[in-house]
Amino acid sequence: MEIVLALAIGVLTASGLWLIFRPRTFQVILGLSLLSYAVNLFILAAGRLRSDAPPIVGRDPASADPALYADPLPQALVLTAIVISFATTALLLVVLLASRGLTGTDHVDGEDGEA
Amino acid sequence: MTGWTDHLTVTPIILPLMASALMLAFDERRRVLKRVLSLATAALLIANAAALLWFAGDGGGPLVYLLGNWAAPFGIVLVADRLSAMMLLLTSVVGFTALFYAVARWDRSGPRFHALFLLLLMGVNGAFLTGDIFNLFVFFEVLLAASYGLILHGSGTERTSASLHYITINIAASLLFLLGVALLYAVTGTLNMADLALRVASTDAGDLALLEAGAAILGIAFLLKAGIWPLSFWLPRTYAAAAPPVAAVFAIMTKVGIYVILRLSSLLFGDASGEAAGFANEALLYAGLATMIFGIIGILSARQLTRVAGYYVLVSSGTLLAGIGIGGEALIAAMLFYLVSSTLAVSALYLIIEPVERNADEEDMIAGIAEPVFDDEYVGAIEEVTDEQGVIIPGTIAVLGGGFIFCALLLAGLPPLSGFIAKFAMIDALLNSSEVEPAGWVLIGLIILSGLATMIIMTRAGIDLLWTPGEDAPSRLSLVEVVPIGLLLTVCLGLMLCAGPVMAYLEKTSSTLHQPAHYVAAVTDAPQAGSEK
Repeated sequence: MEIVLALAIGVLTASGLWLIFRPRTFQVILGLSLLSYAVNLFILAAGRLRSDAPPIVGRDPASADPALYADPLPQALVLTAIVISFATTALLLVVLLASRGLTGTDHVDGEDGEA
Repeated sequence: MTGWTDHLTVTPIILPLMASALMLAFDERRRVLKRVLSLATAALLIANAAALLWFAGDGGGPLVYLLGNWAAPFGIVLVADRLSAMMLLLTSVVGFTALFYAVARWDRSGPRFHALFLLLLMGVNGAFLTGDIFNLFVFFEVLLAASYGLILHGSGTERTSASLHYITINIAASLLFLLGVALLYAVTGTLNMADLALRVASTDAGDLALLEAGAAILGIAFLLKAGIWPLSFWLPRTYAAAAPPVAAVFAIMTKVGIYVILRLSSLLFGDASGEAAGFANEALLYAGLATMIFGIIGILSARQLTRVAGYYVLVSSGTLLAGIGIGGEALIAAMLFYLVSSTLAVSALYLIIEPVERNADEEDMIAGIAEPVFDDEYVGAIEEVTDEQGVIIPGTIAVLGGGFIFCALLLAGLPPLSGFIAKFAMIDALLNSSEVEPAGWVLIGLIILSGLATMIIMTRAGIDLLWTPGEDAPSRLSLVEVVPIGLLLTVCLGLMLCAGPVMAYLEKTSSTLHQPAHYVAAVTDAPQAGSEK
């Protein structure tokens, strides 16, 4: 489980980093999205990995042992982070289109170096 | 302080949010209504911040507000101590003047200017008030989202392409922010700043490296906002591309980064934090010095005043970060004075640049720099003077010239204005420490050098743009533009005249920053509403 998650985070980060260093704006956006997935998984990992454990403590006082439950806080954090990164990515996409329309190229600097 | 005054801590966030939401309900054609609404909100924010400053400063300790009445550290807390209250007041003054200036014509160059502007103020206020590190992330995103909208205000190729870089860099920084928060949470199991401060001291030696890695990643996200070298190449271009009132209020955004670094290094890595104490101070010092050098070179090489202002923001950030790196109560107090003075001055400069440059017709604003230095630099000017039939100084030029000189003196730190007092206090604090380290001498040298560089470039720009008679008749300058610039400069003048009381307040602020135990105790012991205490 740990190794799968670690590999997933690593692969996502590596691909994301490679993409944001690309010269095309669309690649940069995809890179940022991949990086944000990696970060979200990382936050989940920060709350210790548990599978098959509910994050909500039941009413029964006998079952109120924290060891039986997953940490709910990282899940809440990830939820917030997903919403925020979704919104900013959408905004960046709009700016990308505006930049494409104004400069006529999808190069990140607004001009094609090689051409 | 009882009853309704308790809620003063949360109103700096609620008020602009509500006003901004309300404004979305109205059509863009209801411009007067929107202006009145947003100016009134900004004025109320000033009053609110002043009241907080009063309550936080009267010795009662930090004001703690439990959101949703959840006890700390389980809920999110807002904390208004002296430092937060001071930053809030600075934000609301800069915000009000920039809004006032925008009314002249800038709010018409795109839709929903006022709503975005108020959201920006809300984000900045929230970042200054919050006592929870993830909540800080949320407020950072609020202020960034609003700033993305504002930087695009007015549209155009330059703005769009500058904002593409700005948004990309800031999204990447936000991801680093999240990584840092996750690491801190993994080690300490809390996100509340006061609780973090308690737990850092008792962290195992084995986990300390992970904690410091988290703090370092978090720090990079803030340093990027503060514009530290080498993460600052985006800043001068972005700020230059923004509309003047937007750039003026952006001057406070770099200070948000500085504030958070100051706050976290005081809470997490103060003297009481055991092994973690003093973490990253050296890194801050050297990075700050490098930023200053980069900023000075930038100031000297800039060919547009907006770029000069951008590089000056970097110099100011560098000075503050190097100051945090060296530390010490007297230096931090002087540094806070410098923070206030330089933010107001840069903000005024951004506002005054546009009317000053409106008269110039060339694309390259500071023309003298592109020309040979010795051969014919003043030829053009002298010929033009002979054409003149006696020099009449029109009112516009007198006002602009006066304001420009005022700004130049403030920025360069020449006596008698507040810029001088700030730099003098910093150098005095550096020299008065028991043993002046080599880095301290370098900082002193760079502070003086940055003043010289600013003076050179401002004189040059002033000669080119204002004091050389041009062919064009000076353009009209509306009163709405003069008043906010005048207001900012008056505040600086007030800082100079009341330097004594202001410094006394800041010295107390600095000493509370060096005793984080008070802050921690205020948060952990905060009574819940409705409970007897």
